[in-house]
Amino acid sequence: MNEMIQIVFFMVAFVALSPLLGKFMAKVFMGENHFMKPVLGWLERSVYRVSGIKSEEEMNWKTYTYGILLFNFSGMVFLFLLQMFHAYLPLNTEKLPNVSWHLSFNTAVSFVTNTNWQSYSGENTLSYLVQMIGLTVQNFVSAGTGVAVLLALVRGLTRKTTENLGNFWADMTRIVIYVLLPLSIVLTMLFVGQGAVQTFSHYARATTLQGTEQVIPLGPAASQSAIKQLGTNGGGFFNANAAHPFESPTPFTNFLGMLALLLISGGLVFTYGHYTNSRRQAWTIFITMFILFAAGLALSLWAEYGHNNVLNIAGNMEGKETRFGVANSVLYSVITTDASCGAVNCMHDSLSPLSGLVSMFNVMLGEIIFGGVGAGLYGMVIFVLLTVFIAGLMVGRTPEYLGKKVEAFEVKMAIFAVLAPSIVIKLFSAIACTVPAGLAGLNNSGPHGLSEILYAFSSAAGNNGSAFAGLNTNTVFYNLMLGFGMIIGRFGVIVPVMAIAGSMGRKKITPVSSGTFKTDNWLFVLLLLSVIIIVGGLTFFPPLALGPVVEHFLMNLGVTY
Amino acid sequence: MENRNTTRLFTGEIVVRAIKDSFFKLNPAILVKNPVIFIVGIGALMTSVVVLSDIFAGHFSAFNFQITLWLWFTVLFANFAEAIAEGRGKAQADSLRKSRTETKARRLVHNKEELVVATDLKKGDLVLCAAGDVIPADGDVIEGIASVDESAITGESAPVIRESGGDRCAVTGGTKVISDQVTIKVTSEPGNTFLDRMIALVESAKRQKTPNEIALIILLSGLTIIFLLVVVCMPAYFSYSLKASGISADHNLTLPVLIALLVCLIPTTIGGLLSAIGISGMDRLLRKNVIATSGKAIEAAGDTDVLLLDKTGTITLGNRMATDFIPAEGVTVEELADAAQLSSLSDETPEGRSIVVLAKEKFNIRGREVHQLQASFIPFSAQTRMSGVDFKTPDGKTHQIRKGATDSIRSFVQNNNGFFPQTILEVVSGLARLGATPLVVAEDNKVLGVIHLKDIVKGGIKQRFAELRKMGIKTVMITGDNALTAAAIAAEAGVDDFMAEATPEDKLRRIREEQASGHLVGMIGDGTNDAPALAQADVGLAMNTGTQAAREAGNMVDLDSNPTKLIEVVETGKQLLMTRGALTTFSIANDVAKYFAIIPAIATLLYVTSSGIAPLSVLNIMKLATPESAILSAVIFNALIIIALIPLALKGVKYRPISANRVLALNILIYGIGGVIIPFIGIKLIDMFVVFTHMV
Repeated sequence: MNEMIQIVFFMVAFVALSPLLGKFMAKVFMGENHFMKPVLGWLERSVYRVSGIKSEEEMNWKTYTYGILLFNFSGMVFLFLLQMFHAYLPLNTEKLPNVSWHLSFNTAVSFVTNTNWQSYSGENTLSYLVQMIGLTVQNFVSAGTGVAVLLALVRGLTRKTTENLGNFWADMTRIVIYVLLPLSIVLTMLFVGQGAVQTFSHYARATTLQGTEQVIPLGPAASQSAIKQLGTNGGGFFNANAAHPFESPTPFTNFLGMLALLLISGGLVFTYGHYTNSRRQAWTIFITMFILFAAGLALSLWAEYGHNNVLNIAGNMEGKETRFGVANSVLYSVITTDASCGAVNCMHDSLSPLSGLVSMFNVMLGEIIFGGVGAGLYGMVIFVLLTVFIAGLMVGRTPEYLGKKVEAFEVKMAIFAVLAPSIVIKLFSAIACTVPAGLAGLNNSGPHGLSEILYAFSSAAGNNGSAFAGLNTNTVFYNLMLGFGMIIGRFGVIVPVMAIAGSMGRKKITPVSSGTFKTDNWLFVLLLLSVIIIVGGLTFFPPLALGPVVEHFLMNLGVTY
Repeated sequence: MENRNTTRLFTGEIVVRAIKDSFFKLNPAILVKNPVIFIVGIGALMTSVVVLSDIFAGHFSAFNFQITLWLWFTVLFANFAEAIAEGRGKAQADSLRKSRTETKARRLVHNKEELVVATDLKKGDLVLCAAGDVIPADGDVIEGIASVDESAITGESAPVIRESGGDRCAVTGGTKVISDQVTIKVTSEPGNTFLDRMIALVESAKRQKTPNEIALIILLSGLTIIFLLVVVCMPAYFSYSLKASGISADHNLTLPVLIALLVCLIPTTIGGLLSAIGISGMDRLLRKNVIATSGKAIEAAGDTDVLLLDKTGTITLGNRMATDFIPAEGVTVEELADAAQLSSLSDETPEGRSIVVLAKEKFNIRGREVHQLQASFIPFSAQTRMSGVDFKTPDGKTHQIRKGATDSIRSFVQNNNGFFPQTILEVVSGLARLGATPLVVAEDNKVLGVIHLKDIVKGGIKQRFAELRKMGIKTVMITGDNALTAAAIAAEAGVDDFMAEATPEDKLRRIREEQASGHLVGMIGDGTNDAPALAQADVGLAMNTGTQAAREAGNMVDLDSNPTKLIEVVETGKQLLMTRGALTTFSIANDVAKYFAIIPAIATLLYVTSSGIAPLSVLNIMKLATPESAILSAVIFNALIIIALIPLALKGVKYRPISANRVLALNILIYGIGGVIIPFIGIKLIDMFVVFTHMV
């Protein structure tokens, strides 16, 4: 009961705060006046001055995309080199050695693509310098990239016959300065207040009662923890991620962390509503996401609290966040996979088969249930376009969304955007479960092993970053496969989305009439859900059937492998 | 062309030809145009190879053989759907071709006639056509007037008048001059006449895929690639699972099973029916005697949300009708009616006849012996703008009754030393405000009163416009009337807007404005001065009676020259798009059941417990008998559903003039939810049949 109240309380807080943040972000991105402008306006202006950004200069989709790719690629190279040579650089208090080339590649890609897949464990691998100017910086700008892509798309959808989609550099600056930075400062303060660590000190050494020496890793964890959740990055400072008491010391920080995870993505839906000048459009998308979120949560809770025939218990605590209980662990697991975050407070490998399935399925849908900051909504818009295209014809008009015709080019790009992550998940995991290098990393046999492989590539392709673990991925094979998976999953979606933004921007807007296919009512919610499930989800049914589904039925029969 | 309006979907002849064509269409070069069905074809070929090599190796699998058979059927059924849709067009093309017989033309060169073959005529040549001649090419009459039998093109046997100058100058090659003689200037190059283009269009030989169709094919191909990916990866997951279950790798999924899975999942239903839907859309238009010069125009018709409609003929009956007699002071209404009736007895104009009818209805005034009155009728002329009658009363006095426009009657009365009462002027302007035409009646020097001539709005048209409004289509009435009259009629007919005293330039400007604000505009026109607007409109429906310029400018031609046709064209366009959407939704919704048929079937070997339970058999919710029967049933259902849906694809989904939202809700209920449920039932029934007949 108590746990149900916590869940409801979380949902209420999330639904109440999202529209508020959405409205604020709309003001920021539309360049209107808002309460942060007098506080941080100087910073925005000086960034423009120093880097020579002409914030009013509009870009077409190609220039905008070029900006995104250039910016992200440079970030990748910088981060790669930083890890390769961090032993020679300052703030390496524990004298950690240089990182291997394939792990550097994997980690660089991982943080630039907002995935934050961690083949490494933070405290044993990376110096404070890498964590701060490498990872944390990418935590901000990779989230910013997602929002920037979304903004370009929204402008393309709402502006009339134009090539202009805004200015990438100005968008990025505004997102970071007015949204991510203030929120993460507030959150860091709250975390530190609750007892999260934030220090440059050496790791603490203590002598235990048994007389052995214990090394307790420290570091500037609170600040990275804040942005990893706000920016749906998910890369923990410590290997244990949000389950580590120095990252999330109390139930309150756990609650804040979960809220931070979903809040910006939820808020952006309402920002979208402001751009499209329609609260109903925003609520339609929000409700669709919320239904998927709630349904996944319900199934997960049912699976976790249900009777486990193998262990002969219900409410299995293995791998759960023991401090906060089953409900909070499951809630976190659903949120983090919905939000493309990948921060974890429990061991997803130990989730019961069905809740593991939910986590995996959330990711496979393309991270559109609120999803990554910006990325979730632009992914959802792709499904909206597909829905409009498939069902829109049934009203007797060629399909249109927000008054813009959805034609061959948009369909082609939408298909590319759906196909890119799908290829990674299906093809790469098929390769991994066939070749010895792929199977070598497995700690489990039977269907659960297949689940682990599927989960890893889903996580990479969906830019989630959480892991089933139980799969040793710090190998050349997995670092490369997952690295490329992350690149395809990220930019294989961004580029088609930008192309759609460009071509939609050029179109004129058909005025709404009673002959228009409505995209802001319950019927559309139903259609959108069906298309997401049938087109986005069911194609994963065959592999899922051989992984978590069969594992679930085996568990019911009392069999394990 | 007699069969154009018949409603039967297939005739035996068309079916036989379609069956033959389904095999011709197996040609890879043709098949590849339909990517989804092409993939099925490749799959069928691959399973055929498996079956044949098995036979050579000395064993035979009834299951593989039957899968192969049904895969081929799937391809053939899809081909058949396309062939039968084309077949109906081909039958029409044949009958058109008969009218394109080799004709000789009398070409005028320097005012001398020379006999040439019609196909040698060049654009700009002058040709003489007399009664009995078949007009050798499309052209404009530049001299003379003739009645022409156009039944070869329109199916309408009543001859029409074609004359030089004005909007009735266009003639079509293949039609026949019945009386008189005309000189025609050829306006088309050989091989590119109206008839040629019409044949090409109905034959679908040159049918271009429409933009929405192309987009849909891209979507379907995309889905096919996604499913291909799933199926290609299946053996890998499967070999992992086999190893985990401790079963040897020989038991991996066989090629026929994989291909069966693929074919069931890819959208074969809509893939197979897509081109049939498009062709039959053109065909439905043709049955309404409208020829679209491209499929794109039909799609645009569905999208149209503003219609410019000519008042006369579309909204009102062509003619005004008498509805009331309003007597002058000191005159009884019977006197007025009597005079009006007498003056109109021989007036054969519709207005005149309507006066006689009204007098009879209201005052029971019947026809009388005009001879006794020694009456002579004065027909209407443009100079006098009056018509009437002169007659003698028994006392031998001659009386003149006149009816006509206010000004003309005023001068008539004043010339007879009468006066024109002020009250009549008031009545006249009052009627004008109502949108009516007042007709003043006078006898000698006395004004008797006014006949109220009214534009009669067509019965049911208001209802029709209300329906259009529900579908989100705005109607704009175009008229040459003044604003006052136009407003009154617009209000009565229930159009959304009107343009009074509209010139062709006004129409063009209006279309551009509507388009600039994002609307798609449909209009109908016939005159040469309509051509720019017809070309500008998204749907330009030209009347067949119109000029060559108008017919060239529009993207559709109405052979009946019926202005109401534009509304039907829009409805046909919408119906085409709805059919496409409904079958796409149906096809995609079908997948749910097929997963539940095939996945448990292929996984029976895996992770079997010591007590012999296959864990995934829980998913076999249809309780299909065996894995083989399950897979075969799914494949059979997949093939048969194409055949089952051909009539729907050809006829189109039921069209209802209701709002988009309600149409959608209804279609989702039928094709979406139905699409999920029907295959569960269908596959189960087929499975029962398969087991009953021991097919596997």
